[in-house]
Amino acid sequence: MSSPDIERQWTTRLRHRVTGHLPPEKVLPDTQPAYVASWIYVFGVTTMVALSMVILTGFVLAIRGPLWWHTSGVGHYVNSLHLWSVEVFFFAMVIHLWGKFFMAAWRGRRALTWVTGVVTFLTSIAAAFTGYVSQTNFDSQWISTQAKDGINATGAGSIFNVLNLGQMLMWHIVLLPLVAVILTAVHVVLVRVRGVVPPFEDAPPEKP
Amino acid sequence: MAGLALLAALFPLDHLGGYIHWGWVDISYANAIVVALMVIVFVAALLAPFPGHGRRKESR
Amino acid sequence: MKRFRPDVDAPEYHGPYAPYDIIKEGTIAFLVVAILVVALATLFGSPDEQAVTIRTWSNADPIDFATTALGELNGTTITAHYGAPYNHGSLGQELGPLHLANLVGVTIPVNPIQDFIIAPLSSVPNDHPLRVALAQWHAAPRAERATWVARYTRAAAHMTWSNGHIVVPATRTGPLGVMINSLTQMARSGALDQALVTGHGFYTTDYTKPLLFVADGTYFANLAKHQHLLGAQWGMMNETDSYPGQAWLWLYTFWYQVPPFSSSPNADVQVWAIMMLASLLLLLVPFIPGLRSIPRKVRVYRVIWREHYRSL
Ligand code: HEM
Repeated sequence: MSSPDIERQWTTRLRHRVTGHLPPEKVLPDTQPAYVASWIYVFGVTTMVALSMVILTGFVLAIRGPLWWHTSGVGHYVNSLHLWSVEVFFFAMVIHLWGKFFMAAWRGRRALTWVTGVVTFLTSIAAAFTGYVSQTNFDSQWISTQAKDGINATGAGSIFNVLNLGQMLMWHIVLLPLVAVILTAVHVVLVRVRGVVPPFEDAPPEKP
Repeated sequence: MAGLALLAALFPLDHLGGYIHWGWVDISYANAIVVALMVIVFVAALLAPFPGHGRRKESR
Repeated sequence: MKRFRPDVDAPEYHGPYAPYDIIKEGTIAFLVVAILVVALATLFGSPDEQAVTIRTWSNADPIDFATTALGELNGTTITAHYGAPYNHGSLGQELGPLHLANLVGVTIPVNPIQDFIIAPLSSVPNDHPLRVALAQWHAAPRAERATWVARYTRAAAHMTWSNGHIVVPATRTGPLGVMINSLTQMARSGALDQALVTGHGFYTTDYTKPLLFVADGTYFANLAKHQHLLGAQWGMMNETDSYPGQAWLWLYTFWYQVPPFSSSPNADVQVWAIMMLASLLLLLVPFIPGLRSIPRKVRVYRVIWREHYRSL
């Protein structure tokens, strides 16, 4: 095969596209622009590692099934780890959101980074909610019977039945975490592709 | 159930909590503390000096 | 060339770069978060209030249980007049001219009289008086059943619990006395819990029916009120005991506290509409003139990038 033929292959073209947007030094950069000098920048990474803690502790809870933690001391402790990971996750994510807002970090073709961030935020809220209603205790009974009215009133209740434990557990441990992780990956790749947003000009130029 | 005694929380929050009522605002102490901490950590992240900025001189 | 828009475009950066070890940053962040989470879990643990069963409910408060069962019969419970997706009890909440749930229709059918009362009672074996009562119920025309229920309901304010029986001072109520009493006995034994969940066959993960029934009583809501979980108590944000809850739902639960939503029969659908709009606003901040200029105007960025501006 001649090299122009190779160049025309889908595989080759995809590789060029990917490495063009994301050369290794962009995936794992070892320097950052000098303006990246604030603690506010660590909250994205903190959110990411908190998410990994949520998933890790969720994995352990899943091993022996949804009722294990009610009857086992170890199980209850793992549940505590899971709950507090979630609190830390949201804590970090909200601070991250505030920080990115005040930096207007959507500037310079970074709007999609913001948009994927907000969708991840909303997905995480749904994931947490389905977790609360999958607890199989008084809290989950109360939250599900309350939340049904809002969800039913929109018409969505006909497919998304919050009183169906099996359905909620599936959403909580399969569908929503998968979506949250994929969205996070896209979000972080977008940050790497575009680089960290530069500061506002001291005096915004009216003409280029 | 040895694990149960060993792993029980040191200061379990398993008693009824207090609430702050202020006009129509009604928030549990626990949530109020979390929100206050969030604001404090946010402001601290903005104000605290970031280490290692002395080395940044080389241009690219 | 296009005009530079300071809230949309970013200036080209030609300044210096500094070493920044993101892998080390991530590793340290992981350790810090892991230690923090272990510390919080070890210090505070997590809540786990036992689930309410129909058995615990009917033993703790048989009169509330019997009154709720009667409510299913006379159509006054939440479930009885819910509407879609459960039944045709009402048109449901409306958003302007739209009854959204009703448009989608009844997809999770729940008929409280049949599902909560008649079907469970029919499953009780070897109870002759109950079998006679049910036969009388089935044989009676609609109007006669309604008369029995109305008479029983009028006297229900004087319902008492004595010697292990529900007693209502009413006559000519047909089979109702036996039915309500049998259901209460069934509930107190735990059999009703089983009868309601196994409504779908051997395996089930669906608790729609028992949850709806439990939530129709006042016992359940009183437990929630005690734990500060009611909607009017900003309950969505709250966790049982004194744990922090879903504080991120503050805006959602806020609307329920203020007029007109605090007294609107359509609050749920109205608040959902508002929250969808609010989410859309947050999503589209980068594209909304005015909103996207806030960060530049409030100048918090001067603090974040103070090193940068100082070095200019
Ligand atoms: C699971 C949730 C999230 C994770 C794991 C996450 C992770 C990250 C990471 C690691 C970065 C790069 C480092 C940094 O600047 O902090 C980043 C950047 C960014 N995030 Fe997030 N994020 C999440 C949610 C959000 C949310 C809710 C928003 C806003 C609504 C958001 C908006 C942004 C923006 C605009 C950037 C680009 C920053 C820049 O170019 O300077 N993210 N995110």
